Amino acid sequence: MNTDTHASHADAHHHDDGHAHSTFSGYMLGFVLSVVLTAIPFWLVMSGMLPSKQITALVIMAFAIVQIVVHMIYFLHMSPKSENGWSMMALIFTIVMVVIALSGSLWVMNHLNSNMMPVHEMTGMK
Amino acid sequence: MTVAVNPSQTGEPVFYLADEHPHPEGYSTSLGFWIYLMSDCLIFAMLFAAFGVLGANYAAGPAPKDLFDLDLVAVNTSMLLLSSITYGFAMLTMQQNKIAQTQMWLLITGLFGAAFIGIELTEFAHMIHEGATPQRSAFLSAFFTLVGTHGLHVSCGLIWLVTLMVQVWRFGLIEANRRRLMCLSMFWHFLDVVWIGVFTFVYLLGVLR
Repeated sequence: MNTDTHASHADAHHHDDGHAHSTFSGYMLGFVLSVVLTAIPFWLVMSGMLPSKQITALVIMAFAIVQIVVHMIYFLHMSPKSENGWSMMALIFTIVMVVIALSGSLWVMNHLNSNMMPVHEMTGMK
Repeated sequence: MTVAVNPSQTGEPVFYLADEHPHPEGYSTSLGFWIYLMSDCLIFAMLFAAFGVLGANYAAGPAPKDLFDLDLVAVNTSMLLLSSITYGFAMLTMQQNKIAQTQMWLLITGLFGAAFIGIELTEFAHMIHEGATPQRSAFLSAFFTLVGTHGLHVSCGLIWLVTLMVQVWRFGLIEANRRRLMCLSMFWHFLDVVWIGVFTFVYLLGVLR
């Protein structure tokens, strides 16, 4: 690390590579975007602006994904170049694992629920 | 370690150095810590999956609509978001070698984090008082496990933060302390990322259901 705050590329040789990181404007931009991306979903749900619940659900999930990306870029300083790409590699691997685990769990358990024999039929089989 | 290759014509074995060149201390810390965060991410993914499967099983008990106060969740979310930006300021002042200001921003971050935990514990106490305990329904078990695990992480982050403030106070902004502060920065921002998932999928979608 170095003491120069203006030159974001000065410590390019270090663990945080040439990505423009830790600048005041970067943090503020991330913060303002996060506030907006948080406020809108809360407002949508609390005011019930959108006509259907499905649309509201999809919109707030989209906002969440965008805000996660904003946090990754402006707060966690992710870039394809950090750690020679190994950070991004680990992140992509994790995302693949998370998507498989989440979608798989929801899919399988949903089918299990709908294929489960209802309780009243089960009692009638005695 | 040295490895012998084909002996030369004279019969003398030729050696070469197979070791990697040495790296300075802490060279791979941030990548290693990032991989730890990714494994933590998998823990939260499993808890989200459990909540996704069980989140509608109320067992005739209270539903999210009856329990959650979105105003309080919004306040809590802003506490965590503010603590994220103040930690960012701590990192900026750290790069300028301003110890006093770094400590001040770390303290403010800690206070926002403590406010978050305080509000969350108040919410939990209120729910438990109303009979919405983790034993009440599968939904509440999954809720308390997921949100409680996140709260536990934030609490550990607070302990870590206080420890680092003592470290910086005693030894100053030495290289090791800078590295530690950077790791906590990643940890703290990562917890804010997880909270985005919590307030969206648990609170907002729960109230919507």
